[in-house]
Amino acid sequence: MNYLKSHPGLVILAAVLLVLPFTLPNAYAYDVAIRVAINASVVIGLNLLVGYTGQISLGHAGFFGVGAYASAILTSRWGWPPVAALAAAAAGTALLAWLVARPILKLKGHYLAMATLGLGIIISIVIVNETDWTGGPDGMAAGALSAFGAEVSGDRAWYWLTAGVLLVVTWLALNLIDSPAGRALQAIHGSEVASRVVGVDTTAFKVRVFVLSAALASVMGSLYAHYVGFLTPGVAGFFHSIELVTMVVVGGMASVYGCIFGAAILTMLPQLLSTLEGWETVAFGVILMATMIFLPRGLVPTLRARFGKGAP
Amino acid sequence: MLEIKNLTKSFGGVTAVQDVSFKISEGTIHSVIGPNGAGKTTLFNLITGVYTPTSGEILFKSENVAGMPPEQLARRRMSRTFQNLQVCMNMSAIDNVMVGAHLRLDQSVFAAMFRWPALRRADKACREEAAQLMDFVGVGKYANAHASQMPYGALKRLEIARAMAAKPQILLLDEPAAGLNHTETAEIEALIRKVADSGVTVVLVEHDMKLVMNLSHHILVLDYGKKLAEGSAAEVRANPDVIAAYLGASA
Repeated sequence: MNYLKSHPGLVILAAVLLVLPFTLPNAYAYDVAIRVAINASVVIGLNLLVGYTGQISLGHAGFFGVGAYASAILTSRWGWPPVAALAAAAAGTALLAWLVARPILKLKGHYLAMATLGLGIIISIVIVNETDWTGGPDGMAAGALSAFGAEVSGDRAWYWLTAGVLLVVTWLALNLIDSPAGRALQAIHGSEVASRVVGVDTTAFKVRVFVLSAALASVMGSLYAHYVGFLTPGVAGFFHSIELVTMVVVGGMASVYGCIFGAAILTMLPQLLSTLEGWETVAFGVILMATMIFLPRGLVPTLRARFGKGAP
Repeated sequence: MLEIKNLTKSFGGVTAVQDVSFKISEGTIHSVIGPNGAGKTTLFNLITGVYTPTSGEILFKSENVAGMPPEQLARRRMSRTFQNLQVCMNMSAIDNVMVGAHLRLDQSVFAAMFRWPALRRADKACREEAAQLMDFVGVGKYANAHASQMPYGALKRLEIARAMAAKPQILLLDEPAAGLNHTETAEIEALIRKVADSGVTVVLVEHDMKLVMNLSHHILVLDYGKKLAEGSAAEVRANPDVIAAYLGASA
């Protein structure tokens, strides 16, 4: 009970997610809501790395793509059960992230951005070129998600699954931030030398949060693969990585709820603007620039500072 | 407690610290003074592992810790503050202090995510302890503030609270009075004395001579990276070399 009192946001989120299906008019609206929930979960993980620890990643769609394709390949070609494939994909992604993390996270600023960008591009190229496995640019089909004989099918089922995952991910992230490990991550962002002086093993914590966010991206990639049923290399591509980072920045660095707003806005905006016929990318760009000019710290932190307790 | 033997640090052709040796005994306040560019901060960065010495030994509790990174020194209960503030402006004031207790808490990411009860209990106790420490250094009224809302003088104290949260045996303060006015300097002097009285060995780099002379049991004077003089406040004050270094050779 105390926990709910100290975390009203979590209660509000749960209530919104519960009520939302009753307001969704059609299958299209469900589809958008599911995509928002999937993106938001990835972005919450990415924000732990970018917003809280202050380490940029421009290659996170690569991990999302590894999860998506690994699930698709393991289930459709090797006949693995989807849940086992999802877990194996996450473990494999975590291993990959762990292997590259140490050399990569020694870099700072622009160099780290370049290295993660390169990693994402390598993954994307592998997916395009390994046509025997992935279908290359033509894409590949992914089967339905089933566990223990039950299949997740239909918009409603997918909505409840992804909304539930989002709620759990939000809870886990909030818990992590409010803990010794979470404070260590934020201290690395605030002052790396000061965090070392109090005994924080900065390399180990950077590696941990990188692996954690990569594994989460992989899990969401697996779910995405089963949801859409058909994958193309774009899911692992550079533009998807940029889109994910933009969601972090628009929603607000170092704000878990900001991630959900950022994901919602950037997922819905292109759809809402599609009536502008040809001008939607221009309008999209203008909206992003205006956000950065007027809400430089992102949506949620700026509004909280203006209307909330005063503390950013 | 701390023994420096023939410590040297060169940056390219410049020797910032040259063949410096001295001893710091437990429970004392030891000051390092000298004109600007004398190598005081470099010496601090060598002792605390931020720089690796070119040669020489640093014996901390009889163990050679020269070249050991800061996070390892923290485990051996050495802590420090910084001349240019290193407070985490992205965090609340009390979280900054709690970071200081990092090594005494459960650092597991998974236990944290699932709100492991033992971790939560220890964290709650740590928060209370951090609030007490903020009172101890005199910034108790900022207990609910964000670090970015605090004035400069309070941030300097907050850094001391964070260092104290690590429960150090030795605390190195790099210019704790820099940028403070007379009243604030007097307050920080009282605070350093309080810290020393609580059983922590204090090493001080400071330009404010009044504060140094009032507090120090022992003073080391550096000039151009070399040891110029050493001794009690009275001895150092009477030393002709020190007077020459500070006021010019003809004085």
